[in-house]
Amino acid sequence: MAKTVTQYFDDLRDTRVWRSIFRSGTGTSTLHRSLAIQQNVFLHLFSTKVRRRMVSVGATWYLGTLTLGTFLILVITGILLMLYYHPSVPQAYADAKDLQFVVSSGLFLRNLHRWSAHAMVFLVFAHMFKVFYRGAYRPPREFNWVIGVILLLITLLLSYTGYLLPWDQLAFWAITVGSNIASAVPLLGNRIHFLLLGGNSVNANALLRFYVLHCMILPLTAIFFIAIHFWRIRKDGGLYAHPSEPATLRARAAAVGKEAQ
Amino acid sequence: MSDSKDFVTGVDSNAKKAPRRVVFITRRISAQVKAVEEETLQTFPEVLFRAVVAIEVLAVVLVWIALAFNAPLEGLADPSHTPNPAKAPWYFLGLQEMLHYFPPVVAGVLAPGLVVIALIIIPYFNINIEAEGVFLKDRDRRLKIFYAAAVALCVFLFLFHVYVALVPTLIVAAFMILAGQSSLNSRSTFRRYLASKPLSFWIMSWFLFELIVLTAIGTFFRGPGWSWVWPWTRY
Repeated sequence: MAKTVTQYFDDLRDTRVWRSIFRSGTGTSTLHRSLAIQQNVFLHLFSTKVRRRMVSVGATWYLGTLTLGTFLILVITGILLMLYYHPSVPQAYADAKDLQFVVSSGLFLRNLHRWSAHAMVFLVFAHMFKVFYRGAYRPPREFNWVIGVILLLITLLLSYTGYLLPWDQLAFWAITVGSNIASAVPLLGNRIHFLLLGGNSVNANALLRFYVLHCMILPLTAIFFIAIHFWRIRKDGGLYAHPSEPATLRARAAAVGKEAQ
Repeated sequence: MSDSKDFVTGVDSNAKKAPRRVVFITRRISAQVKAVEEETLQTFPEVLFRAVVAIEVLAVVLVWIALAFNAPLEGLADPSHTPNPAKAPWYFLGLQEMLHYFPPVVAGVLAPGLVVIALIIIPYFNINIEAEGVFLKDRDRRLKIFYAAAVALCVFLFLFHVYVALVPTLIVAAFMILAGQSSLNSRSTFRRYLASKPLSFWIMSWFLFELIVLTAIGTFFRGPGWSWVWPWTRY
């Protein structure tokens, strides 16, 4: 009998090296599958089991998952874009032009980054409204809702800081319009405006600041809060399941029926 | 020592009304929690597989979009040449639309600040946790407050000529009036649905409606000097 691909994979998972990295082993038992989650530093943020009705598309529309998807695409394409980009005036614009006409697949890379960024902003909003209308923000999940609001603000800032980087007319004036709003803050307005731009108008200092914010500070902050956001889902009792939905009602009726016997 | 109590004791099994409960175990009752048993799936591999598929579908869609549509890249930034109109990114165009009517400190600082604070405090109000229909209890008084608030808001928007925000407000107010005239015993399913909706639902729906309308107007209907243009006219 020839071995199947699955058997080869199982053999690999049973090797000493593999077992030293992933300790859960090859079994398909509930224990093995739970360990696969618990013993992985990234996956252990999630719970080992999820209610069946919460994985249906209608329950969440997978909006949180999709938002994570856009974030991952943005990190990957963003790192690749960084290889071709200098945050200086006017080199930044020349780099954007090079990405369009010179770099292999550079145009595709920038397109994908830009459209994914728009998609992420849209998905974060959609996720927030879906969570609200399901009532999933209620205790004990109230703090995770707050983390979500923070992540919304970080997403907007990420998109906003990225907007300046091509250093074209669109970028320059969008940021000029936006940053002028900061000047309207009572008392501290002009100081905040100066701190944000590193000057009194959008200039080379602003480009460098936005670059550092966009590529270092904001992504790291986002990852920090995303980790808490995911971990809190588990700590707060899993994805919110509405108590008046058929599955719960049926389960309750069955429990009552058992009691009566 | 006289500690004043900051809690009220009572018996309640409704998680919405009493989100934090203490279980008192009296004699002859075992400390067994009756949990509702539900069918679950293992996160590994079943749920992770679904998540990966969802992200892959998303990636395919985004790659198609990236192949079909080029990201805009205009001329080199030129501080001496202001384009007309100068627009912020689309998700800030609702804000920019408000800046057209109100001073920056109101539309640019106060309004978004209040929105963020409102979003953060939503889950900390018991009225949102109980989530009862807004006009079901104490109907006459609440209707009076609602009419006063709605009229004040509409007059305010009218005086500042913010018709683009006034129209969605009037539409949501009309539905709220219908909700006030409905009850959980109403004959139509839609009116029972409206009657069951709590205050937070109405405020959030109003906010969502305004967000969509203002963003759409700022994106598609504003041209030179922030004047009204139709999406198909070139300027």
